Amino acid sequence: MEVLKATNLNKFFYEPVPFQVLHNISLTIEQGEFVAIMGKSGCGKSTLLYLLSTLDTDYEGTILINGVQVTGLKEDELARFRNEHIGFVFQFHFLLPEFTALENVMMPALKLGKLSEEEIRDKAIERLRQMEMADHAHKLSAKLSGGQQQRVAIARALINDPNIIMADEPTGNLDSGNTEIIYNIFNLLARQGNTIIAVTHDQDFAARSGRIIEMVDGRIARSYTPDSKKMAAVRGN
Amino acid sequence: MKLPVNLKISKVHMLSRRKQTVVAMLGVTFGIGMFILLIGFMRGMNTFFEDLMLSVTPDIHLYNDYKTDFSSSVTDRMYHRQQDRWVVVHHPKPKQINLNLKNAPGIIEDLRRQPGVLAVSALVSSQILFNYGPVQLAGMADGVDILEEDRVFDLAAKMKSGRPQDLLSTANGILLGYKLAKRLNVTTGDMVTITAPSGIQMRFRVAGTFQFGIATVDDVKAYLNLSGMQQLLGKNADYITNIRIKLQDMKQAPALAPQLARRYGYKADDWETANAAVRAGNFIRDVFAYVLSFTMLLVAGFGIYNIMNLVIAGKMKDIAILKAQGFDKNDIVQIFLSQSVMIGVLGASAGLLLGFSLSYALSRVPWPDDEYMVISHFPVAFDANYYVLGAVYGVLTTLLAGLLPALKAARVDPVAILRG
Repeated sequence: MEVLKATNLNKFFYEPVPFQVLHNISLTIEQGEFVAIMGKSGCGKSTLLYLLSTLDTDYEGTILINGVQVTGLKEDELARFRNEHIGFVFQFHFLLPEFTALENVMMPALKLGKLSEEEIRDKAIERLRQMEMADHAHKLSAKLSGGQQQRVAIARALINDPNIIMADEPTGNLDSGNTEIIYNIFNLLARQGNTIIAVTHDQDFAARSGRIIEMVDGRIARSYTPDSKKMAAVRGN
Repeated sequence: MKLPVNLKISKVHMLSRRKQTVVAMLGVTFGIGMFILLIGFMRGMNTFFEDLMLSVTPDIHLYNDYKTDFSSSVTDRMYHRQQDRWVVVHHPKPKQINLNLKNAPGIIEDLRRQPGVLAVSALVSSQILFNYGPVQLAGMADGVDILEEDRVFDLAAKMKSGRPQDLLSTANGILLGYKLAKRLNVTTGDMVTITAPSGIQMRFRVAGTFQFGIATVDDVKAYLNLSGMQQLLGKNADYITNIRIKLQDMKQAPALAPQLARRYGYKADDWETANAAVRAGNFIRDVFAYVLSFTMLLVAGFGIYNIMNLVIAGKMKDIAILKAQGFDKNDIVQIFLSQSVMIGVLGASAGLLLGFSLSYALSRVPWPDDEYMVISHFPVAFDANYYVLGAVYGVLTTLLAGLLPALKAARVDPVAILRG
């Protein structure tokens, strides 16, 4: 089953000079797929992710998520849609610093409002436990280390059981120890059947995905399944 | 306490920068507090002046407003009016003017039968001179039926010594303003000598002193019996110059005065017309108070606007995250506007309290000794309407001040910020 289908996406930047970032990008992502989007800086991979995530609405082409055409929806409808169907993980963790880890995780669910506060709390603690962060649930998020914050952010992305988890350089800002932990978490999430789209230039991270989409100058250059032997060789380095 | 998630975020934001929140609140607090104090004091002053003015102004004042009529002249008789001759008289003067109201007793009788009329007091008024040794002090004597005068002006409450009716029981009695009595160095029982404009001199016995609280009254005014005054002026018992009327409802005066003027053919002034200057002064004080307090609240509003702008500038990242997680524009507006409103509501409440405390303190401050009016403490009005007005205005100001930054926050483009 297709979770996401993008057709003929074109995107332009107008400042400082007109520039086409994405050229006719079409792609389909199936339920349970773990897709890594790779490419050099400026190839448009992050831009593509923000288009797919519905945050950026200024593009040509159409995007369907879960069979719903999100292209052309109003801003408030998109907000609601994101809240329910998309989980975000960013490079810079981006937790709300005045709130505890638990409160950060609960927030999207409180916004969705489908469960009672007690149920949301239980669910949030369960998610934190999966990330081995339950012990830190009541700490202010600003007091957590970078790796801990990223784990809380992943728990937050999962709280509404989203159809897609979108990650923008989830390991980009972490040391190797924490990167390893995040690797394992994504491995686990993929095995549990989550659909994941991650933008990364971390070869090791991409190698764990089910499919790598390589972008060059705003176009999809290659889409392939990573070779696990090659991965092992790289890791041997 | 369970709050919707937006308000929860708003609350955490506010508590995480207590100092800023308190400073913003204090702006509103002082604005509202000063508004309450100013308006209370101005209102108190206005009420005080109005009461003072009403204490010497009858609801309706009926009198003979003479106009000199030069259409006929003695020159006609001397030169016999002829077609071929011009007679020009420079600076003509009247020969005979009667200031009295003709048929005054009849008018008084008729007035007492009018509906709505509570009391009618006849008056003969004249400038007089008090003889104080070799010095003659100018004064004003009102010949009245003291019991009727008491009913119109509540004299009994204004007596410093003696009672109004003592005027009747004293032969050739006189009531003096307390300052006048002091100047003449007399007390109850002493004699004063009065010279009328006609040259007639009479001696009166002081039956009491009164205090209106207005220097220009207490310093010059004396009450005589109607008959004593008429005697002093050399007039007969029908000679009445003014009639003062007290109504059951003083608000009817402006409507009733012209009717009475037409009915009797004399001029009738209602209290509002007679005191236009005082009312103009009140109006100016009101405008002053409003302008000043609204300016202060405006400044407080700008303070909040500034602080909220700073807060939002520092929360760009948070706004982007919230938007990415599915919080829409309205949620963002709610989160930030509710902070301004909270500042407004708390600040305004504290402001009302502050305003009340300051007003109360001011109303306990003794008024400095004053030559012109008698007043014990600063006059301060405590009117619930102004408290409501202050609260509403305070909350409105903060709402407006917070709205612009909140809308700005709602327009934040999350992509631009999340990409770094």
